[in-house]
Amino acid sequence: MSTLHTVNKSPFETNVLEICISLAKSGSTVLLYEDGVYAATEGTRAAVAIKNANGISFCVLGPDLQARGIEGKLANDIKVVDYDGFVDLVAGHDTIQAWL
Amino acid sequence: MKFGIQINEGPYQHQAADSAYQFAKAALANGHEIFRVFFYHDGVNNATRLAVPPQDDRNVGQLWSDLAKEHNLDLVVCIAAAQRRGLLDEDEAKRQGKDANNIAEGFRISGLGQLIEAGIESDRLVVFGA
Repeated sequence: MSTLHTVNKSPFETNVLEICISLAKSGSTVLLYEDGVYAATEGTRAAVAIKNANGISFCVLGPDLQARGIEGKLANDIKVVDYDGFVDLVAGHDTIQAWL
Repeated sequence: MKFGIQINEGPYQHQAADSAYQFAKAALANGHEIFRVFFYHDGVNNATRLAVPPQDDRNVGQLWSDLAKEHNLDLVVCIAAAQRRGLLDEDEAKRQGKDANNIAEGFRISGLGQLIEAGIESDRLVVFGA
């Protein structure tokens, strides 16, 4: 059973992303959106946590990256999706866990 | 696929109401069905028809009303959350002895059972919130 974890908080605001990564099972996906997209930028502690998370895929919502002007600072290994991609991720996983 | 959507945040509070709307629009455009949108906690504030945002800004509540009309969506507002925040429909206003109601077109007030049903009937329940 695959789970999509959605994280909408900045890693500079809360540590939910780190908790999410520590609990997410191999084969699950984490979608970063809203202020959660800041975790997708290079040179942050969150980017290191993402890089070290084995077996978990990471996606980031492109429109939220662009709204914050940080699309040029994207760390490697994070796939950019639009809202259609968000919908596909929801449909493609068995359960959705929102880390609010 | 059938989606249920839960919104826990009011309009203009942060971004959840906008994210949920964009998600719902994309889901419908991709041929999915939305079983129900459930407005919970501060999310009930999306359902007021008395909001008058500046003309050059989006009207989040109106966007939901329009989308509901276009796609025959079921927009349900949690009654307990609504009563606490002063959101009333005609029946509730009468029942509580209030002189007006403020619910927007396309929304209806009901109970938590509607959220449970959305969780059971939908293939996926997606939660947006603060």
